Amino acid sequence: MSDIVLAGVSVAYDGEPVVRDLDLTVASGEWLALIGPNGAGKTTILRAIARLVSFRGEIRIGGRAVTELSSRDVARKVAVLVQEPQMPAGMTVAQYVLLGRAPHLGYLGKESSRDRRIVRDVVRRLALEELASRPLDRLSGGERQRAAIARALAQQAPVLLIDEPTSSLDVGRQQSVLELIDQLRKEQELTVIAAMHELTLAGQYADRLALLVGGRLAAIGSAAEVLTEPAIAEHYRAQVKVIQMNGSGTAVVPVRN
Amino acid sequence: MLSIKVDAAAVPPAVLAGMPRLRWGWAGAGLLALAASCGVGVLVGPVHIGVGTVVQTLVGGAVDPGQANILWSLRFPRVVLGVLVGGTLAIAGAAYQGVFRNPLADPYLLGAAAGANLGATLAIALAPGTSVLGVNVVPLAAFVGAGAAVSGAYALGRSVTGLRSATGLILAGVAIAAFFNSIQSYVQQTQTSSIRQVYSWILGRLVTAGWDDVLLILPYVLLSVVAIYLHRRLLDALTLGEDEVTSLGIPVRRVRLIVVVAATLGTAAVVAVGGTIAFVGIIVPHTIRLLVGRSYRVVIPLSVLFGAAFLVLADAAARTVVAPAELPIGVITAFLGAPFFIAVMRSTRAAAL
Repeated sequence: MSDIVLAGVSVAYDGEPVVRDLDLTVASGEWLALIGPNGAGKTTILRAIARLVSFRGEIRIGGRAVTELSSRDVARKVAVLVQEPQMPAGMTVAQYVLLGRAPHLGYLGKESSRDRRIVRDVVRRLALEELASRPLDRLSGGERQRAAIARALAQQAPVLLIDEPTSSLDVGRQQSVLELIDQLRKEQELTVIAAMHELTLAGQYADRLALLVGGRLAAIGSAAEVLTEPAIAEHYRAQVKVIQMNGSGTAVVPVRN
Repeated sequence: MLSIKVDAAAVPPAVLAGMPRLRWGWAGAGLLALAASCGVGVLVGPVHIGVGTVVQTLVGGAVDPGQANILWSLRFPRVVLGVLVGGTLAIAGAAYQGVFRNPLADPYLLGAAAGANLGATLAIALAPGTSVLGVNVVPLAAFVGAGAAVSGAYALGRSVTGLRSATGLILAGVAIAAFFNSIQSYVQQTQTSSIRQVYSWILGRLVTAGWDDVLLILPYVLLSVVAIYLHRRLLDALTLGEDEVTSLGIPVRRVRLIVVVAATLGTAAVVAVGGTIAFVGIIVPHTIRLLVGRSYRVVIPLSVLFGAAFLVLADAAARTVVAPAELPIGVITAFLGAPFFIAVMRSTRAAAL
């Protein structure tokens, strides 16, 4: 099981608190969207779960405290898709995806034919075969995002943490990337926690939304529960109209008076 | 009739195009280049010695003792030392570039050469002719100086900008090098009697190379090359962002520390016997990246082979262009390397590695 429990989690950067005493539970196979204004601590929470930053309190994945796991064990449980993945120039897509196997190798270990087979399958699954030997610096924005997802998938971790999966993509590519993540989540039974800017999309794809403000949880629940005009006006200082679209989610539309 | 059943699962999967691997052709080309350059290195010299004589000498046949002596005590150790120095400088350059993610990183950028030079200058000026346990103190002092400079740069870079910043470390190295150079210049100017000796040291020479030099550096060189070679896959991973590498369960700090220590150990050892031979660590890895590929699985092993070949050839050139006199080998590598360095600087973005 890969449920995630945060209990009393606090994170500070140089003494400055960014996440304060946060309690959060994510069920195995659930998609939780972290929403909130800039600086609310969304990225920091993801970094804490992946143990990329030290924290106070406790974070458990599948019942085990991450602080008790080796960093390689954490990497086998949690794959991270950062907001702007660094794509080394000249590195091919296949080579990049192969790096996702690192948590399954010894310190100086070599990839086995099994690792290469997994990479081949992942590349095939994400329809990247044609691009496998293309250098990363010659991919389009959407292709790069797919390559990054492929690298995370090759990790075969049951938990996928994603920071702003759709930033810098046009609306069509935003939808196709989120559809892809949702399909993969169902196929591979992944637990997904994603920091998301686009409130409407967050409501459409995530099972639940957690609204963070100043490192604290302001609201958590379904899109209809969390995405309310007063809440958005208060926390984002935004004028919006929230429209319930029959069966296709909650739309958050900016309005100008 | 015999039928053979093939278990589909047992058949290795077709290798996906784009997977990094060192192709035999390139490894063969590297070995060939190394062998050819060693041939040239052994044959070139003021005394003409034919290929037949060299082969005879190697297999223990009857040859003119004078020629055999030239080969065994002058040319063979010099070529072997050239191989060690060139291979180590090239692999150390590639390793520093990987760790610091900077295409301009070089064994000399971190202050290794400045440290070695300061150590050597102090030894030549203040304690000429001293030896410790039968070993000339100059290379030892150079070794200590190089180690001090690089660890100083590492400590300074780490304390000022943290390990997250690669450029901080390099700037620290440059600062340390400038500081060491200033002390070195001062000592050099105040000790005019030894200035010529200091110069010949700094410009690099394999002239006086003997088997004792080879034996002195061999253990360090082997340790350094093997350690870096084993980390070649991890160097590929380091090209990702800090959070990304860490989230793959790779102990970034440990990898960096081990690779830096290994590269510095090798550099210090070869600077100790070879003097300042700059730019090999820039020229060789970048040429390989351009021609073969950027994966460290390719760059690391090929750097050793082609770096060794390059230095042996450069040394042969140093011996011939102004014959019967000799140019310091550092002059040749700098003459070729400086324009190359500028070309790399112009064409690569610093973040591209």
